[in-house]
Amino acid sequence: MIWLLIILGKVLVGFGGLLLLAAYMTWMERRVFALIQVRVGPNRVGPSGLLQPIADGIKLMFKETIIPAQADKVIYVLAPAVTLIPALAAFAVVPFGDSVTVFGQKVDLVVADVNVGILYIFAMAGIGVYGIVLGSWASNSKYPLIGGLRSAAQLISYELSLGMSLLGVVMISGTLSLKGIVEAQAGMPYIVLQPLGFLLFVICMLAETNRAPFDLPEAESELTGGFHTEYSSMHFAVYSIAEYCSMITLSAVGATFFLGGWRGPLLPPVLWFLIKVLAFMFFFMWLRASTPRLRYDQLMGFGWKVLLPLSILNVMLTAAAVVFLG
Amino acid sequence: MLGEICRGLWLTLKHSFKNRVTVQYPDVKEEMPVGYRGLHKLLRWEDGLERCVGCKLCSAACPVDCIYVESEENDPEAPTSKGERYASIYEINELRCIFCGYCEEACPVGAVVLGNEYEFCQDDRGKFLYEKGDLIVERTEDYPELHARYDEKNLLTYV
Repeated sequence: MIWLLIILGKVLVGFGGLLLLAAYMTWMERRVFALIQVRVGPNRVGPSGLLQPIADGIKLMFKETIIPAQADKVIYVLAPAVTLIPALAAFAVVPFGDSVTVFGQKVDLVVADVNVGILYIFAMAGIGVYGIVLGSWASNSKYPLIGGLRSAAQLISYELSLGMSLLGVVMISGTLSLKGIVEAQAGMPYIVLQPLGFLLFVICMLAETNRAPFDLPEAESELTGGFHTEYSSMHFAVYSIAEYCSMITLSAVGATFFLGGWRGPLLPPVLWFLIKVLAFMFFFMWLRASTPRLRYDQLMGFGWKVLLPLSILNVMLTAAAVVFLG
Repeated sequence: MLGEICRGLWLTLKHSFKNRVTVQYPDVKEEMPVGYRGLHKLLRWEDGLERCVGCKLCSAACPVDCIYVESEENDPEAPTSKGERYASIYEINELRCIFCGYCEEACPVGAVVLGNEYEFCQDDRGKFLYEKGDLIVERTEDYPELHARYDEKNLLTYV
């Protein structure tokens, strides 16, 4: 009985926290943007505008759902969920804190410690793009379709490099489990051993989550919103939440693989984990406010001609180092 | 390329420490500059008589025809204005007005001027029809900023 409660608790804390964090990322993004653009940002709803995400949520819920007449209705409605569910599920294997003792039971602060955790995350990230492609196809409109195709092409190009960039860490630590990787970083975080891997990971992470400067699938200046052009109301909100969830999940993966996960001095582990994830998120936003969007051929050329060779080089160097230096 | 991105990041970081340019509007209200063209006012002379003599030049000058004036003869015993006539009806449709300021340029007595007031939202179109009672000021001395609106030596004086 107690184990059931513990699992329920972990699921509630993990996913509830993730959703809450995703909602507040919209607030943080607007505040960070305002900071950089010498403005103030949302500060009217609650102290410092902290209730803004709730107000936005209520507003979106009461908005009309518009389904285009030519749309494939069933797929159109389901597609946002196809993006959101994997984005939420991927977070399950990320350890967000050290083990704690509840009711005399030792509880690991990870929803599910899967021994091939990182493969699971990639699988989920791969499914997420189906939601975007299906939604864009079902809209039966040209801008969403272009956005969706771009998203698919971009994901295929950058997921290779993303996987490769993490392979170095996997080789050094000798495990695919995220919990194991955090344990292996007790001495020092892997960013010290894998600086190139970290750089590649950050770049691929941006492309993987469709963020600037790789935000071609939703390039608002040319595609009027890309894959979610036709979406309104909660369907749009679900896409938006999914985007932020996958950003948080990949930030958490980055923190786990390169920055030592929840490890850190003085502060409690959960707080350290949160700080590292938020640092990644801040970087996401900071970069979006600073860089122009890539052209599509630049994006593809950069992915295949620069990132992929570099990540293969990184894997080979790491492999050689592991074999010869132990 | 990485160096350029870092330069861009450094630039945006520097910007985030600058003073904010936003005016927190309902809490903080900016002083309007001299020459700002807001809601109309009808002025009086220092002795309390109305400046407007009902000549309808403002109405004629108005490019959108938003001013309606009707004038009547002054009662010699108790004059309303310093001229022969005064405006018995003076209406401005503020919805139609484009705040070009031609009315105050046309006015020979400096009676109608555009004030600094810009907060006059209404929830009904009918309420935008400002009548004489809504426009006229009680004491011109209370609105020193409005005196900059016209040049004293260009005015016709009725002393």
